[in-house]
Amino acid sequence: MRRRAVLKFGAAGVGAFGLTLAVGWWRADGPGALAPVGERPLPLSEMGFRLTDHEGQLVEPSDLIGQPSLVFFGFTYCPDVCPTTLSDISGWLDALAEDADRLNVVFITVDPERDTVDAMAEYVGYFHPAIRGWTGPEDQVAQAVEDFRATYEKVPAEVGGYTMNHTASVFLFDASGDFASTIDYHEPREYAVPKIRRAIEETSEGAT
Amino acid sequence: MDRMTLAALAALVAFSAPGKVFAGSEDVVVEQPWARASIGVSRPGAAYMTVLNKGEEAVTLTGLSTPLAKMLEIHRSSTTAEGLSTMAPAGEITISPGESVALEPGGLHAMLMRLQTAMIEGETFPLTLAFSDGGEVTVDVPILGIAARGPEG
Repeated sequence: MRRRAVLKFGAAGVGAFGLTLAVGWWRADGPGALAPVGERPLPLSEMGFRLTDHEGQLVEPSDLIGQPSLVFFGFTYCPDVCPTTLSDISGWLDALAEDADRLNVVFITVDPERDTVDAMAEYVGYFHPAIRGWTGPEDQVAQAVEDFRATYEKVPAEVGGYTMNHTASVFLFDASGDFASTIDYHEPREYAVPKIRRAIEETSEGAT
Repeated sequence: MDRMTLAALAALVAFSAPGKVFAGSEDVVVEQPWARASIGVSRPGAAYMTVLNKGEEAVTLTGLSTPLAKMLEIHRSSTTAEGLSTMAPAGEITISPGESVALEPGGLHAMLMRLQTAMIEGETFPLTLAFSDGGEVTVDVPILGIAARGPEG
C-alpha cells in the first residue's frame, strides 16, 4: 500500500515534469500551436458525466482509470466515417492481439436520440469485442463532449432528418487517466499501433 | 458466386450500354465496387469504387441509382482544421481523360438513403452511374461486412 503511494507520487512528479516539457513543445511546435492548451481533454478523473454502456451498466470516465484508454465520438447513423473509424480501431486491436485486453476502448455517441443502448449494442457487436458503446441523456453526452474539449453539431439533412458533425480524433489516455495524445482516424496502422503499445507498456513498467 | 464470376458479371453489365453513341461515358470503367452491409433499413448505407475515364473526353458523373435505395448521392466526408468530421453532398464530379476518381472510406462515397431492403453481406446489388452525355454504366456491387475496410474485406 505504502509502496504504491510512493510510486504514485513519483509517477505524478515525473508526469508533472513531463507535462511541463510536453506543454512547452505542444505550445511551441506541436499541433497545439494553434489551439490553447485549455483545449486538451481534461484528465478522466476530472470529467463529470455519467452514461450507460451498451450492456446497460452505468459508467463514468473514472471507471477507465487503471488501464490506458482509447475514446472517440461518433454515431451509428453515420455511413462512412464511423464504420471506418470502428473498423480501423478493430484493426489496431487485432494487431495488438492479447494486449488489447489491457486497454479500454470506448465509442461515445453524439446522437443519443437515435443511439439507444440497444442500438449501440447491436452496432458495436459488429466490431472488435473490446469496443464499448456509451450513450445516455443529451445533457450527459454534451458534458462528455465538453470534457474532452471536442465538438459536435446537428446538421439538417435532405433525407433522414439530420446528420451529425463531430470531432473525429481518437483520444488516447494513459492508465492514470491523463490525456496522452490523439490518433487520427485513418492513421496508418504502423503509426497508430506503436502509440497504443507505448501507452500499454508504460503502464506495465509503472506497475513493477 | 465467386469473385471472378462477379467481376465477369460486372464487366458484362458495364459494357451492355444501348447502341447509342455517347461522348465519353462509353470509356468509363468502374473498378472494385463494394459496399458495407447495413443494419436493417433505417440507417443510410455507403458504397465505394474507383471510376476510371479511359477515354479522351472529360466525363461528368451526374447521378447514381439503384433499386436498393430511393435516394442516392455522392457525399464527401472531410475533416476541418479543428478536427471536426463533416459530410456533405459532393455535387457533380468531372473526371478528366485518363484520370480516375476514388470513392473510398473517409472521402467520397455513394450514400444510399431510404433503403428499400437491408444490405446483406454476401449479396450484390446493381448500381447505375449516369453521365452528362446521357450514357450510363451499371455495375454489380458486392456487399461486404459492416467492418469491411476495403474491396478485399
